[in-house]
Amino acid sequence: MSDTMRPETLDQLRDAVAWAVAEETPLEIVARGTKRGLGRTMQTDHTLDTSAFSGISLYEADELVMSAGPGTMLAEIEAALAAQNQQLAFEPGDWGPLLGQPAGMGSIAGIFACNIAGPRRLKAGAARDHILGFKGVSGRGEIYKAGSRVVKNVTGYDLPKLFCSAYGTLTVASELTFKVLPAPEKTYSVLILGLDDATAASAMALAMTSPHEVSAAAHLPAGITAGFGVSYVREAGAAVTAIRVEGPGPSVEHRCRELRALLAGFGQVEELHTHNSLRFWRELADVAPFAARPDMQLWRVSVAPLSGPVVAAALPDATYYFDWAGGLVWLGLPPAPNAHADAVRAAVAATGGGHATLIRAAADVRATVPVFQPQDAALAALSRRVKDSFDPRGVLNPGRLYPGA
Amino acid sequence: MQMPEPDKAILARRAEIVAALRDIVPGEGVIDAPEEMKPYESDGLTAYRTLPLIVVLPSTTAQVSAILRYCHENQVKVVPRGAGTSLSGGALPLADGVLLGLGKFNRVLDIDYDNRCAVVQPGVTNLGITAAVQDRGFYYAPDPSSQIACTIGGNVAENSGGVHCLKYGLTTNNVLGVEMVLIDGTILRIGGKHLDAEGYDLLGIIIGSEGLLGVVTEVTVRILQKPAVARAVLLGFPTSESAGNCVGAIIGAGIIPGGMEMMDRPAIHAAEDFVHAGYPRDVEALLIVELDGPAVEVDHLIERVEAIATANGAVYNRISQNEAERLNFWAGRKAAFPAVGRISPDYFCMDGTIPRRRLPEVLTRMTELSQYYGLGVANVFHAGDGNLHPLILYDANKPGELQKAEDFGADILRLCVEVGGVLTGEHGVGVEKRDLMPAMFTEIDLKQQQRLKCAFDPDGLLNPGKVFPQLHRCAELGRMHIHRGQLPFPDLPRF
Repeated sequence: MSDTMRPETLDQLRDAVAWAVAEETPLEIVARGTKRGLGRTMQTDHTLDTSAFSGISLYEADELVMSAGPGTMLAEIEAALAAQNQQLAFEPGDWGPLLGQPAGMGSIAGIFACNIAGPRRLKAGAARDHILGFKGVSGRGEIYKAGSRVVKNVTGYDLPKLFCSAYGTLTVASELTFKVLPAPEKTYSVLILGLDDATAASAMALAMTSPHEVSAAAHLPAGITAGFGVSYVREAGAAVTAIRVEGPGPSVEHRCRELRALLAGFGQVEELHTHNSLRFWRELADVAPFAARPDMQLWRVSVAPLSGPVVAAALPDATYYFDWAGGLVWLGLPPAPNAHADAVRAAVAATGGGHATLIRAAADVRATVPVFQPQDAALAALSRRVKDSFDPRGVLNPGRLYPGA
Repeated sequence: MQMPEPDKAILARRAEIVAALRDIVPGEGVIDAPEEMKPYESDGLTAYRTLPLIVVLPSTTAQVSAILRYCHENQVKVVPRGAGTSLSGGALPLADGVLLGLGKFNRVLDIDYDNRCAVVQPGVTNLGITAAVQDRGFYYAPDPSSQIACTIGGNVAENSGGVHCLKYGLTTNNVLGVEMVLIDGTILRIGGKHLDAEGYDLLGIIIGSEGLLGVVTEVTVRILQKPAVARAVLLGFPTSESAGNCVGAIIGAGIIPGGMEMMDRPAIHAAEDFVHAGYPRDVEALLIVELDGPAVEVDHLIERVEAIATANGAVYNRISQNEAERLNFWAGRKAAFPAVGRISPDYFCMDGTIPRRRLPEVLTRMTELSQYYGLGVANVFHAGDGNLHPLILYDANKPGELQKAEDFGADILRLCVEVGGVLTGEHGVGVEKRDLMPAMFTEIDLKQQQRLKCAFDPDGLLNPGKVFPQLHRCAELGRMHIHRGQLPFPDLPRF
């Protein structure tokens, strides 16, 4: 059982890291801890808990900016934004239930540190595209800051981007500053029923290359639709391909009509209006179909959009669906000691590029199977040097990403 | 502005270095005659000029790799250069450094409409990407004013923005992958046609690194379908405060325009005298608000913007009725820099960003500074994101005026930081804002950034003298002072 430190001031946070540096003892860094099961399995005797750094410290809606402590709940942030008709445009989901944790308990630091983004990623970017700055403590035990609170800034290296997807291996944040955006007035979805994967990819590509500003495109094969809350989808009894448009009312209605006409040749077309659309895409952001299947090992694959169906076709035992117009594949597989890593990564490699992450598997599996896409020697060496430049003694979440990083 | 003293040992070895580079890049790719190197002596920041040691113009990634490996082994400094349009001196040559020009990397390698991306070489111009994809209705979104000349490689180095970046993002939000060569010659591929690389977000660090981390030899960019319609509205206000309030109210109403630009009275007059765009002369601030998207959306939003403007005291209001008129509205704004060039022998273009609501106070203090220094200033402003471009008017032929202009500019940027903003929104630090970095960052902040550079370039050979006010050796930066045995705050809650 690891010993937990829960500092309450920035100086205490620094002292905790400096102590670990002096003792050369690695720390597990957590905010709310709901994503502890993500990443490689680590061995640490001490946990550094940043949940005391909680709360929104700055929110200026008309400046499109918010700052919050790392332990601030995503749910609290979303509620504050909703009160001003705003949102996090990268649409982060709640992965709590997906990872065997309660819903609604995840922190904003977890969202940024793991660079989580939902269906709107393909139009609005990921967490990394919305972070503006941070304050915190490096693995050297030094307080520092990077970035700023303004949305346009090229002063110095873009360290805030490096914070995202570093899984807490470079810096312990004490405050995060990020961009917020208006929420759309209306959200409609065009549904096409009964398409096979490759045809769906073509339909999504056609929608994405239209001028109708599609903000999400997903394809759910027939087997996976049963778990959805929206009855249209749950009871479709066939594959569902969904295309989303958002914005001012007249524009959404117009684009929805245009998309229905554009896609009519592919099959039967239905539409979801705002209430059902919001529910449906929220379930996709939360990866709900696989939260409901905790028995499966789960992979998240990012490839070029048209390559998604190619990856799925190479894995006959997989249960899957596509987001990001085909570019994001969620793959569930029956548990295996090697988590089918070789087969999954071979399927990705065969498409010419991309990466596969083992999102969910037992701790012993994540201790031996490379959770993140293996890097070539040059990239791995550079990544280690980057780690050393922030955390030379390897005290922050060592080994969470790769051996040594 | 001081650059590091040239290394005499390197200067003495010039002939040998030229010969070695000619072995790597045969023919006309190595330039060593001073008169032929003259076009490379400065970039868009023409106040500073230096002849490089040698200019080398490779045409393959293998050549770039061999050049960098040679320079690394021989401890020769390297300054990468795209089209040389940088406004911050990012491509200012070093007298003891090789200038590595990427102009020959000018091919579009792959256009993949179905995956909505294009793979291009770094010497392709920003507008050249759009030209290559526009027959299918696509474009590349970031649009710096220099887009006709600037290259995508330079855009990657500087994380360039443009008037549409509030809605469509900066370079960093529109690049999916790069091929890059490190100083030791290692060739890396980061990202590709997929989203979000695994592991550390090296792409995020490389973009905007001002040529200090590596040399990019290939870029994969996102391409977007052109909006169906764009319309612009010109709004005139009696005060910059009312214009600023209008901008806040538009965004507060949930509208993110494709572009939202502000000009102050001196800029309005200079632009109007130059291009006759039809701007009103009797207002203190002019906004150009452009809305793009489906016609039905644009019509709907333009009505709402008009209503918001009226409520915020707009005294002038004109909506573009056709494409020619829309382009005419922009012609004045896009010509603002040369227009100011007509009313002053020289001008300095600044680039700070501020929290938008601090605008009235910043403009007031800028007027006071203008009086103090006895130099005029005209303001153009990316209003949506708070990015100011004060143009300081001076005459380089008058003794002391360049120094006065530099001091005035530095005061403006310090003011930006003081109100919660930053030194540079899109032009980069380069040499221009290098010495001001301590106004925004502590020594620890800056040293952490420099340690990251050490991970890429441990000998500090790539573009030294830019961005960081003080050069530190990586060994020195790596040292740690450790106080062993201290218990961390015994009163801390522990579980």
